Amino acid sequence: MAAPTTLPSALADAVRDESSLRRFLHGLPGVDQVGVEQRAAGLGTRSIKKASKLHAIDLAISMVDLTTLEGADTHGKVRSLAAKAKRPDPERPDVPKVAAVCVYPDMVRTAADELQGTGINIASVATAFPSGRSTMDIKLADTRFAVEQGATEVDMVIDRGAFLSGRYGEVFEEIVKVKQACGDAHLKVILETGELVTYDNVRRASWLALLAGGDFIKTSTGKVQPAATLPVTHVMLQAVRDWKNQTGELRGVKPAGGIRTTKDAIKYLVAVHEVAGPEWLDPHLFRFGASTLLNDLLMQRRTQLDGHYSGPDYVTVD
Amino acid sequence: MSDRVTVAKTYKLYIGGAFPRSESGRSYPVSDSKGGFLANAAQGSRKDARDAVTAARKAFGSWSGATAYNRGQVLYRVAEVLEGRREQFITEVAQSEGVQLKKAQSVVDAAIDRWVWYAGWTDKIAAVLGSSNPVAGPYFSFSTPEPTGVVAVLAPQQSSLLGLVSVIAPVIASGNTCVVITSQDRPLPAITLSEVLATSDVPGGVVNIITGRTAEIAPWLASHADVNALDLTGSPESLRADLERSAAGTVKRVLRNKVNEDFTVTPDLSRIRAYLETKTVWHPTGV
Repeated sequence: MAAPTTLPSALADAVRDESSLRRFLHGLPGVDQVGVEQRAAGLGTRSIKKASKLHAIDLAISMVDLTTLEGADTHGKVRSLAAKAKRPDPERPDVPKVAAVCVYPDMVRTAADELQGTGINIASVATAFPSGRSTMDIKLADTRFAVEQGATEVDMVIDRGAFLSGRYGEVFEEIVKVKQACGDAHLKVILETGELVTYDNVRRASWLALLAGGDFIKTSTGKVQPAATLPVTHVMLQAVRDWKNQTGELRGVKPAGGIRTTKDAIKYLVAVHEVAGPEWLDPHLFRFGASTLLNDLLMQRRTQLDGHYSGPDYVTVD
Repeated sequence: MSDRVTVAKTYKLYIGGAFPRSESGRSYPVSDSKGGFLANAAQGSRKDARDAVTAARKAFGSWSGATAYNRGQVLYRVAEVLEGRREQFITEVAQSEGVQLKKAQSVVDAAIDRWVWYAGWTDKIAAVLGSSNPVAGPYFSFSTPEPTGVVAVLAPQQSSLLGLVSVIAPVIASGNTCVVITSQDRPLPAITLSEVLATSDVPGGVVNIITGRTAEIAPWLASHADVNALDLTGSPESLRADLERSAAGTVKRVLRNKVNEDFTVTPDLSRIRAYLETKTVWHPTGV
């Protein structure tokens, strides 16, 4: 097995072969379930008001991966989504643009044409999203196609079946190959935590993805319940923090699915600050995979600035 | 046998079909007309009002989309449950308003009758307020009344049951949903009405009832961009101009009527009409 980057010796040993990888992953300390849930709930009660809230809202907007992953997507819908990404609130030009637009591979070209020169990334899901149930060749072709079409970020899904049956080497190889197929595009590895059952598994999958070279670890596809939860994001944030401590490299986290309100988003930002650290409060290292969240952020932003509650009539319908 | 200790009640709000405590955690004592303690009521905050508007908006689609006949049945069912709680209402009205039992009885009876009166109107509104318009061309032109949306209602301060029923029923009869700020000092009949609504067939969120300080919560509802109309009935005179000004910012319908309206007289259609928009449709003939 080939390590994607030069790793410190302890981590380089871990990826030498499948049995050492298994030894490493099973040697990770177990997650204290009650502890992590309690800490997540505790941090969730923190009150963010006034200027800090406004700052948090703007930061959250700049971290949104504006997503549409429906079977009913059309080129027109993707174009309107791209317009919204560039100028989320047309009446307020000071609203920051979002981090990326996330679409299916066949829609990448449309999004790329719309977003050229804006600095907004084009993310595409690939590798037989959302189930990941296909052959390696097809998954790699899917990835290459997305990158050729202009995707600057690729969101891949791992083979949860292989992971849960303990075939870690297979999952590792898959991520490494997809990473190669990505070229310069950033790779986000979707763990689909809703199917991983335990926090220990989430921690193992996070480390596996980091070892294999994923630039981001992402909670979910959004197609499985439960999607992103605060405790799961805590565990993943701990993983990227520990990765940084051991290698000096910064890797990102992306919770996706089920984050719909500004209140939720701010809870996540508090968690990022407290668990990983302030340097992760950056769109390069933390993203929200969401579609309806953006409208709520815009409404809350208006509420803060106008001094009265806003309503859905004042934001776009998408 | 020793006297039993009565259970002192601390009531909650009615939002989205549930009975939550105020987000602020506050409550205030409610007294009868002579100053004796009756119960504690939740003292709603602006965030409770915001949550109530969200609930009302969510309920609007299905309530306004229900057939007029169905809404009439639901409202009539409320009248049945009101009738079942008659004794409780009589006691509360007597205590709150400081009237004799006999007077309280007639007030409660009038309130139930008023509710039935509005229940009967649901399927007649379109026939009375709509029209088929004569036009100079080969078209049919119809005008139909449609509900305005979410209505913020400041309930009358004095008439705690009859007045309350007279302002809520016309709003929901035509398919609007509402957020009601109750009489500040006489909220108990409104709280019991919320229990009636919760146990009849009214979908959660159609009526949301908030107890507390009118002057504190009303400005937030008046300026709220997702509220479509405002009923100033229970607003203090001093507050009215400000409320109207904030309501104008988001182009709300505002019902501004006399401060001490007499609710004992049989109403006309004006309160129903206040929360209706007219939709006119042109359709070519003979095609």
